[in-house]
Amino acid sequence: MEVTLFIPCYIDQLYPNVAVATLELLQKLGCSVSYPLQQTCCGQPLANSGFYSLSNKCNENFINNFSDAGYIVCPSGSCTLHVKEHLQSKTRQSKAEKIKSHIYELSEFITDVLKPKNLTASFPYKVGFLTSCHGQRGLHLSSMSEINEPSFSKPLQLLNEVAGIDLFMPQRVDDCCGFGGTFCVYEEAASVKMGKDRIRDFETNNVDYITGYDVSCLMHLEGILKRNKSRVKTIHIAEILNSGTNG
Amino acid sequence: MGKPVHSILSKNFIADNDRTDWHDETLWMVRKKRDYASSQIPEWETLRQWASQIKAHTLSNLDHYLTVFEKNANANGIQVHWAANAAEHNEIIYGIIKQTGISSMVKSKSMLTEECHLNEYLQDKGLQVTDTDLGEWIIQLRKEHPSHIVLPAIHLKKKDVSDTFHQHIQTEKNNNDPKYLTTAARHHLRNIFIKSKLAITGVNFAIAETGGIVICTNEGNADMGVHGAAVHIACMGIEKIIPETLHLSIFLRLLARSATGQAITTYSSHFTSPRKGQQMHIVIVDNGRTRLLGNNNFRNSLKCIRCAACFNTCPVYRKTGGHSYHSIVAGPIGSILNPNTDIKANADLPFACTLCGSCSNVCPVKIDIHNQLWIWRQQISKEGYAGKTKSLSMKVMAYILSHPNVYRFSGNVFRMTLKYFPFIVKNKLNPWYRQREMPEAPKKSFRQWYIQKQKSEFKKQHIKKDS
Repeated sequence: MEVTLFIPCYIDQLYPNVAVATLELLQKLGCSVSYPLQQTCCGQPLANSGFYSLSNKCNENFINNFSDAGYIVCPSGSCTLHVKEHLQSKTRQSKAEKIKSHIYELSEFITDVLKPKNLTASFPYKVGFLTSCHGQRGLHLSSMSEINEPSFSKPLQLLNEVAGIDLFMPQRVDDCCGFGGTFCVYEEAASVKMGKDRIRDFETNNVDYITGYDVSCLMHLEGILKRNKSRVKTIHIAEILNSGTNG
Repeated sequence: MGKPVHSILSKNFIADNDRTDWHDETLWMVRKKRDYASSQIPEWETLRQWASQIKAHTLSNLDHYLTVFEKNANANGIQVHWAANAAEHNEIIYGIIKQTGISSMVKSKSMLTEECHLNEYLQDKGLQVTDTDLGEWIIQLRKEHPSHIVLPAIHLKKKDVSDTFHQHIQTEKNNNDPKYLTTAARHHLRNIFIKSKLAITGVNFAIAETGGIVICTNEGNADMGVHGAAVHIACMGIEKIIPETLHLSIFLRLLARSATGQAITTYSSHFTSPRKGQQMHIVIVDNGRTRLLGNNNFRNSLKCIRCAACFNTCPVYRKTGGHSYHSIVAGPIGSILNPNTDIKANADLPFACTLCGSCSNVCPVKIDIHNQLWIWRQQISKEGYAGKTKSLSMKVMAYILSHPNVYRFSGNVFRMTLKYFPFIVKNKLNPWYRQREMPEAPKKSFRQWYIQKQKSEFKKQHIKKDS
């Protein structure tokens, strides 16, 4: 299966390991993976700050990079949701629509499209799972605590298959961590308070790692953890699914 | 003093960490009660859908239902008044009061009268208004505005209430026993109820079919006020209308469950006509609502039944407190409504949100709250209220992200800065760094790694072919 990678800007620049793990994981699962070299960003930081009007050229660049792609896979729920909800073009709307219907967040791509019989990852640690809002409520990667619906979770379905993993879910299973894009700097006090409260449950339950499908939220928590010299580390779900013996 | 801004007010609130935790826990408990109550009703999601559709239909035919309501209310002996804005609302009410010659009155909870600043207006005219909802009364004594639309004094702890009562109604100092304090309030308010001949109330639902109104309270204070009064003035926004009594059955099942997790409020009182000898007035207010009605983006916000479920679930509200929103209606729904009233003064509110979307999920009438906040953000920057620094930085960002070469160059510079000149970003001026470490900068971007990998694989293949 041919897959085109969309690697969000901050992952490209600050967390290349997450992108490498995504690429290797998809290859392990039998995909032929390509990466368009002129990609930059989905434009979400502009749009969520109220400047969607400035993102036309960014959108066009996105379409230039991905209009020929079949499946587009991205290791971020938030960026995937932004493309799905807001990608548009004055002259190439049909191409934008095709992209919007072909883009997947990594874990949903694995559970819904690839459907591998089994995963061969192993990760013998206690791992807390952070549910990020945009992937959950926007892409519906898992059931939501506010809605009366059958319980499910695409990322947990995958993590449950990892050998040796001891998964932990926080009490407030889907309360926001406080990253929120530029919210994390413009509303610094609230953002950090929300992050600290999220972390507390993981720390008191002695997890080794906090994982999730959005590096942005993990980056925010990592910043707080490191400042407070916590022993808890953060890791993206792709890195866990790509870990272990199988090559 | 600059204008109040959510980010600064919330910083002050959060400075008291224990109180913030207590506030957060208290509201989370209410949210959990709501979850439990809604889970007990198998058709919950269907009810939300129906409620949303009934409101959509009503809003599309608002002129019709309002005039039907007026006609039926008039036939029941109720006098209906129309107010275009807050000033008219207050003048109409003052006009009614003046005719009666009554100088002190009771008022049950009404966010609309808060919105119109009716108390201050009437007090300036020399009249005495006592709020009879316990929470409202506490904040009235303290000269504060509500921090929550259902639990107006939720920002206060027992000790705060005790101090306030000690100061105003001479309860024992430092007696923080809730039973003692509520009993004292009860005795004090009873006297005021008995003496009062005029009652002002809000309206939860106005039924076009019957020309009557429904008021929901837990304390029965609306009933107590109205029953003893010669004059009842009920105030409602134009969006409070529902077509038929039948529809009330849906809204009453949703309202209290969403608000507090109760199956229903203790009192759901129907007022359809005045008692013999009693005057009953209903003041119907626009005050900016038709602007929302005429705007596709924000029309749905008028579906709101003021349950405050969006407050209780909102992580930003729970951790920053209602007063950080510097307006009468705080929380997510307030952040939609307030910019409509004054975009400049409330330009910060739609940004006091992580767009987590929980508010839209708990909303009993399915208002797409977080999407509307996103749209307000666009509107605010379009109208030039985003601030110069932010506008400029966004323009720079847009330029970088639109030009792959510039993006890559900037990315390299940023990573190298983090690595070799960290003091440029690791300082107090960077709000990220104040309480968080910066991510560790990798030497190579993913793209650089990818290109190198492609090259080495290409070489390997050629070596294989050659050998």
